[in-house]
Amino acid sequence: MTKGMMDGTTERMSQGLPEGLPEGITNERAQRVPDAETTAARARDSRGADDASELVRVRGLYKHFPVAGSDDVVRAVDGVTFEIVGGETLGLVGESGCGKSTVGRCLLRLIEPTRGDIYFGGSDVRALSGGDLRRLRRQMQIIFQDPYASLNPRLTVRDIVGEPLVIHGLGNKEERRARVADLLRKVGLDPDYMNRYPHEFSGGQRQRIGIARALALNPKLIVADEPVSALDVSVQAQVINLLEDLQKEFDLTYLFISHGLAVVEHISTRVAVMYLGRIVEVTSAVELYANPLHPYTRALLSAIPVPDPTRKRERIVLQGDVPTPINPPSGCRFHTRCPDAIPDCARIDPDLREVAPGHTVACIRVPGWAEAPTSEGMKDS
Amino acid sequence: MSHLLEVKNLQTHFPTRAGLVKAVDGVSFYLDEGELLGLVGESGCGKSITALSIMRLISPPGKIVGGEILFNGENLLTLSEERMRAIRGDDIAMIFQDPMTSLNPVYTVGEQIAEALRLHRNLSRRDARAGAIEAMKEVAVPDPARRANDYPHQLSGGMRQRVMIAMALACDPKLLVADEPTTALDVTIQAQILELLDELRKTRRLAVLLITHDLGVVAEVADRVAVMYTGRIVEESPVEELFARPKHPYTDGLLRSVPRLTAAHVAKVERLATIEGTVPKPTNLPPGCHFAPRCSHRLPRCTEGERIPLYDLEGGVRVRCVLYDLAAAVAADSQTERTQGNAAQ
Repeated sequence: MTKGMMDGTTERMSQGLPEGLPEGITNERAQRVPDAETTAARARDSRGADDASELVRVRGLYKHFPVAGSDDVVRAVDGVTFEIVGGETLGLVGESGCGKSTVGRCLLRLIEPTRGDIYFGGSDVRALSGGDLRRLRRQMQIIFQDPYASLNPRLTVRDIVGEPLVIHGLGNKEERRARVADLLRKVGLDPDYMNRYPHEFSGGQRQRIGIARALALNPKLIVADEPVSALDVSVQAQVINLLEDLQKEFDLTYLFISHGLAVVEHISTRVAVMYLGRIVEVTSAVELYANPLHPYTRALLSAIPVPDPTRKRERIVLQGDVPTPINPPSGCRFHTRCPDAIPDCARIDPDLREVAPGHTVACIRVPGWAEAPTSEGMKDS
Repeated sequence: MSHLLEVKNLQTHFPTRAGLVKAVDGVSFYLDEGELLGLVGESGCGKSITALSIMRLISPPGKIVGGEILFNGENLLTLSEERMRAIRGDDIAMIFQDPMTSLNPVYTVGEQIAEALRLHRNLSRRDARAGAIEAMKEVAVPDPARRANDYPHQLSGGMRQRVMIAMALACDPKLLVADEPTTALDVTIQAQILELLDELRKTRRLAVLLITHDLGVVAEVADRVAVMYTGRIVEESPVEELFARPKHPYTDGLLRSVPRLTAAHVAKVERLATIEGTVPKPTNLPPGCHFAPRCSHRLPRCTEGERIPLYDLEGGVRVRCVLYDLAAAVAADSQTERTQGNAAQ
């Protein structure tokens, strides 16, 4: 079970349901949860246009992990700022250790950020605790990479998918059974299998179970942390299509975290590229593909093997490895591997600036960057 | 003409409680000097077991029950274990997906590479160390003399894989079996390793059997590709042909289900195509064509229990699908005509 998301799991809550929970479950004394419905609705009209459409706002997020036996810290997330518009899929892409999963977990407060602000539908996520935090989490769920490790092998599918309902005290036994059956149908599984155990399912089917569990509370936001990375290609396509269908049907907003740029580009509305704890570029998926500006983004794009042997292209092969996040390079963190680096890059730590409408990048070598205004909230105090 | 490696009708079986698993069920292919054959397929298709069978590293209860593996004309399956040990690591080397678990954590990487040289080349300690440093230099490990003293945990994933390759190549093998060598690596590091493999096979005329699930990787580096499904090769083809005109419905489905970085995909005008259903259990395979239950081109003949052969088409293409029965007959006819024509001249 998703440990941490359900801290204090034994404590049963007597509240009702978040609004909009499907039929079949009574909705008594619905708690006033910080509501983002209206903002999400507005987002569909004018996507990405103004702050009002934001579902999530992250400002100057830091997460430093202590290193055992030393005063050093791992700067896993080191000053990250972004927004997620209601109804969109924001892709968060980067290589292992860049901090992308840590960002996702901080967002749900599965781990405590070191500092920074996180707003969800206008409410301050970091200021909440106890019951308030738990209620907020009904609206924010997570799907994990490994469908083998994230499902309790000793629980039946019915117990796994129904557990969030139990924890949040929703419905009686029969209502929950009906809800689980409904959820399984939604993710393309036969409800007759609900009394089976996870080991009886294939990897793709297990990931569907994880998705059904995430949907159980009718969330607004789903953080999908490498949800298809462990799956075979043919199964991966099925799960990607399922996520897209569910998004339409339930008006979901996704933070889609992955190291696979092709998958991220396929599913995302906008994409944020991370390197060593920082976001280096954010723009729409279309623009990122057509006009990547940051040298790291360009290297990533060119490094992806393309299933087309006739396309013999110039690959930008980056030299060396990603530096350690314990002691990141001075100036721009990418300068040690950057093919475009100049001496100034070791000195100037570039912030994210909007160099074209809806296209922000952190690189002093990008034309127009020097003149562009600093993104709001990027530099924390 | 004989090939460097020729696998003929290889069969590797595993008895399990649920029944006999024919992990490799009649696999045949060849590989020439300096050539890179990509063996692709999804988890459980038998691609790694094929690789381990070539190395004769199948552990009981698994067993190679049939076929031949001809290396330089010699059948590896009839060699003594002693003779096989001399070939393994010397003429044929293997690298694995996870370099961390394939390297010994308590020896420096230099010692581990040197060990291979001492065993196979009878070098002195000093010469073996020099050879190890030379091998690390060749795979572009920076500052190899210093890095040779590092333990595996002190190296990054990409560096560990370079060390694995250095170890594999230290004895100058003719064949490298690479089982998912870049799967655990980040794309920018994967690009470095692929470039290295490509360079090595050109400079050393090294034959590479590359096992991978990643069609993109295959497209980048392979000369020919064999696609496996449920323990059998379902299609084999030169790489350009496979990607331009996939023949088997499974290959076609696989290629369509990969998200591609194209304008259409990024703009979301195209939904990903999927293959219906899931891979059948190895202990409960459908009769006839194993792919038939998921195939949109299924004919009555496909499910009648016939063992569908690999049909030879023109241009070095082989495909295990009855849709090509006629095409194969035509190809055979024109082949006969050509030989007759040649004979007449």
